[in-house]
Amino acid sequence: MSKVVEEKKEVTIVFAGDSGDGIQLTGTQFTNTNALFGNDVSTFPNFPAEIRAPQGTLAGVSGFQLHFGSVEISTPGDNCDVLVAMNAAAFKVNFPRLKKNGTVILNTDGFNARNLKLADYDVSPIEDGSLNDFRCIQIDVSKMTRITLVDSGLGKKEVDRSRNMFVLGFLYYMYNRNLTATEEFIKEKFSKQPDLRDANIKVLKAGYNFADTSETFTSRYNVKAAQLKKGKYRNIMGNQATALGIIAASQKSGLDLFYGSYPITPASDILHELAKHKNFGVKTFQAEDEIAAICSVIGASFGGKLGVTASSGPGIALKGEALGLGTILELPMLICNVQRGGPSTGLPTKTEQSDLLQAMYGRNGEAPIPIVSASSPSDCFNAVYEACRIAVEHMTPVIFLSDGYIANGSEPWNFPTKDKLKPIIPKIKKEKGQEAYLPYKRDEKLVREWALPGTSGLEHRIGGLEKENETGNVSYDPDNHQLMVEIREEKVKKIADSIPLQPINNGVEDGDVLVLSWGSTYGVVKTAVKQCVEDGLKVGHAHVRYLNPFPNNLGDILKDFKTVIIPEMNRGQLLKIVRDKYLVDAKGINKVKGIPFTTDEIIDAIKLHLKD
Amino acid sequence: MAEQLVYTAKDFATDQDVRWCPGCGDYSILKQVQSIMPELGRSKEDIVFISGIGCSSRFPYYMDTYGMHSIHGRATAIASGLKISRPELSVWVITGDGDALSIGGNHLIHMIRRNFDLNVLLFNNEIYGLTKGQYSPTSPEGKITKSTPVGSIDHPFNPLKLCLGADSTFIARTMDRDPKHQREILLKGSKHIGTSIIEIYQNCNVFNDGAFEVYTDKATKDDEVLMLEHGQPLVFGKEDDKGIRLVGSEPTVVSLNEVSKNDLWIHNEHDKFKAQLLTSFFDDPSVEGHLPRPFGVFYSEDRFRYEELMESQIKEAVEKKGVGNLDLLLSGSNVWEVA
Repeated sequence: MSKVVEEKKEVTIVFAGDSGDGIQLTGTQFTNTNALFGNDVSTFPNFPAEIRAPQGTLAGVSGFQLHFGSVEISTPGDNCDVLVAMNAAAFKVNFPRLKKNGTVILNTDGFNARNLKLADYDVSPIEDGSLNDFRCIQIDVSKMTRITLVDSGLGKKEVDRSRNMFVLGFLYYMYNRNLTATEEFIKEKFSKQPDLRDANIKVLKAGYNFADTSETFTSRYNVKAAQLKKGKYRNIMGNQATALGIIAASQKSGLDLFYGSYPITPASDILHELAKHKNFGVKTFQAEDEIAAICSVIGASFGGKLGVTASSGPGIALKGEALGLGTILELPMLICNVQRGGPSTGLPTKTEQSDLLQAMYGRNGEAPIPIVSASSPSDCFNAVYEACRIAVEHMTPVIFLSDGYIANGSEPWNFPTKDKLKPIIPKIKKEKGQEAYLPYKRDEKLVREWALPGTSGLEHRIGGLEKENETGNVSYDPDNHQLMVEIREEKVKKIADSIPLQPINNGVEDGDVLVLSWGSTYGVVKTAVKQCVEDGLKVGHAHVRYLNPFPNNLGDILKDFKTVIIPEMNRGQLLKIVRDKYLVDAKGINKVKGIPFTTDEIIDAIKLHLKD
Repeated sequence: MAEQLVYTAKDFATDQDVRWCPGCGDYSILKQVQSIMPELGRSKEDIVFISGIGCSSRFPYYMDTYGMHSIHGRATAIASGLKISRPELSVWVITGDGDALSIGGNHLIHMIRRNFDLNVLLFNNEIYGLTKGQYSPTSPEGKITKSTPVGSIDHPFNPLKLCLGADSTFIARTMDRDPKHQREILLKGSKHIGTSIIEIYQNCNVFNDGAFEVYTDKATKDDEVLMLEHGQPLVFGKEDDKGIRLVGSEPTVVSLNEVSKNDLWIHNEHDKFKAQLLTSFFDDPSVEGHLPRPFGVFYSEDRFRYEELMESQIKEAVEKKGVGNLDLLLSGSNVWEVA
């Protein structure tokens, strides 16, 4: 039967199932197809720490949230219009976020007695009236998949594994998208297993055709392409953008990339991505532990390379002593922290912004390190590139802060070309001059020269002991130590002169409330502030990328508003630093649930403070 | 500047005052290392010394090459990163028993299995000197120190056995008080392509004086030291009158009055099984019937180096995919255009 086509400006879909159901893959495919179509998109994967948590349990639910539209999309969406649940547990976990009158697509096979028991249901939610206010599409996906592949010769396990393709095909029909991109993906993924390739494509098409011919729903949806800024786009995940930004910095600076790291969630994908690009001269070293990772980077930096390591909070804690060494040596290196919930092992697969104070202060002695943070998946590219530039041009370790939310999230990226990237100029001393080489002699920015092993006449020794000004010889002189501590501090402060001033990113330039944010909260704060401004409130939004040093004008901006509020996925870390540095009575909005803020949470907080 | 390859030991001394305690064994090692440098055939600027923390780790400050005095236990990891990124450099790691075997134990074994072409000088004085006299992971059981007033209850590491256990491709032992032997072993180690581990018995005359005296004192050394030479029988004793013979799998001391030299254990540097037995010659010299302590090259083997394989993987990637093109990398394969 023919179906009515309804126009939609934006849609949020949550795919949910067991962590072995291929949910992340299904979500990613649906995202890529929509992005290629021209929608603006934002995604948020949410999966358990266990690789294969017990099947059918609440703990084992893996989710993928996708927000796409013909309008500007800045967040993965607070609540969803459509919930795809492969079993009862997946339904239970995500149902509270389904909008009133939303659509739920259920795999009925995942609601059998066993599934219901595992999800703690006495009565199936399909039968107890819970779904009365929603549109419910019930499909026995397992059965349909098995029928489709009855002649495939594949075993039951392999057949069931392609169930996700049925759902994907179904949604492609529902949202009026073609199958081409996913077909190409399947062909590449299973290029060496033709039986699996054919099976997956067959099931994908079966899902599509089933949606077309069955009477499970009556209207299809059309989400037109978004009016994005002119240019070329691709879809990109945060960790991938981080890896590309690092390679770009290596290419532009002319320094080969050395990447030493130890596997840790959620940072490992940076290693995986970099390891693919050996033809860029990239050397990736999977070290025996976090300490060896940062130390190998120090060795490589001493050797004249762009040394980079990445980890998450617990790993960064282990690197602390070596970061102090990097600081006193004054060698360029980049340390990426893809933050996750803490303390200790905490919530490895969930997001948090609770390592800002660690980045700022987490070393012995006075050891200031510049910090740059990313605000969205694609922004990881720009932010990490800037972090590398500062490291190389200012001869210092730099910490780049990302988090699990943007690391695994994705969005369209208006990618740059090589010639549009800022130059990065290393301060390498190429040959011996008239005077003896002084390793800690500085220029007006207080940056020393980098002399590399292999350069005749510049042989020198550096180390972790306090060094005499200019010569770098070991010195225990009290005045010299005071001087050197101050010089290293001043050197980092001076970086503020070579970074952009802080803009007001959204909303009014001065007024009642300034929302000051950093990191992955950008999208949600932007959406909230825009909404408030539309409602006639005098609210501005400044999003701080450079956290150490701050842009020179940040203090002035804070004074232009009656109230400053700082939303963070921590207990108030930027808040502490801002209050300390600028003596403003800023207020925190703090959430530590392992999941990002919703727009309403920010709006409510703004309105609450407007009343004060 | 023209390349100057003809150096003397003096060219490797810096203007810094050497600050070890008077009488420290480290002086002798510094002298021998400086003396073999001209024989490496390498330009001074291509040589790098990396150390951790401890008395011995001051070493790089006294070598007029490139150098880094780093943090405790991590010289091995720093040298690994340097060697991967600059395979052409001659990299030397200076470490001690605390630095290499206690706080840096993990990096040591992983460096060894990867077999970077590095030279590691492990100064073993069986004590923590810089922190003023606590027992170390090589101190013998019962050792009385500041932190073990009634004797250590730690069983010590046998460093060379540990290294061989991590599949070391070169292990040797020498001592500070035998400069000639030290020089010979340093040269052999420097020529080995792969990680060469040289354990140097080094006397700490302040906190552990005489720890190795039985191996250096004229009165005892001949009966306590077993000098290993490739292709030669294991002979020792004042009159070269004793030898080691394998009885089954058990090394046994025999008198050369009773057994012919031809029937002794002939040392073969490339025999991994016998090398394992040799590293087990680790008896307490005060125990009756103990085996002598071997010095020299225990084992050497040619095995691929990590940094070489990494270089060849990169070369292969370039051959296969061409030199990386940043613009193509940034665009990826799924691009759409908004007009």
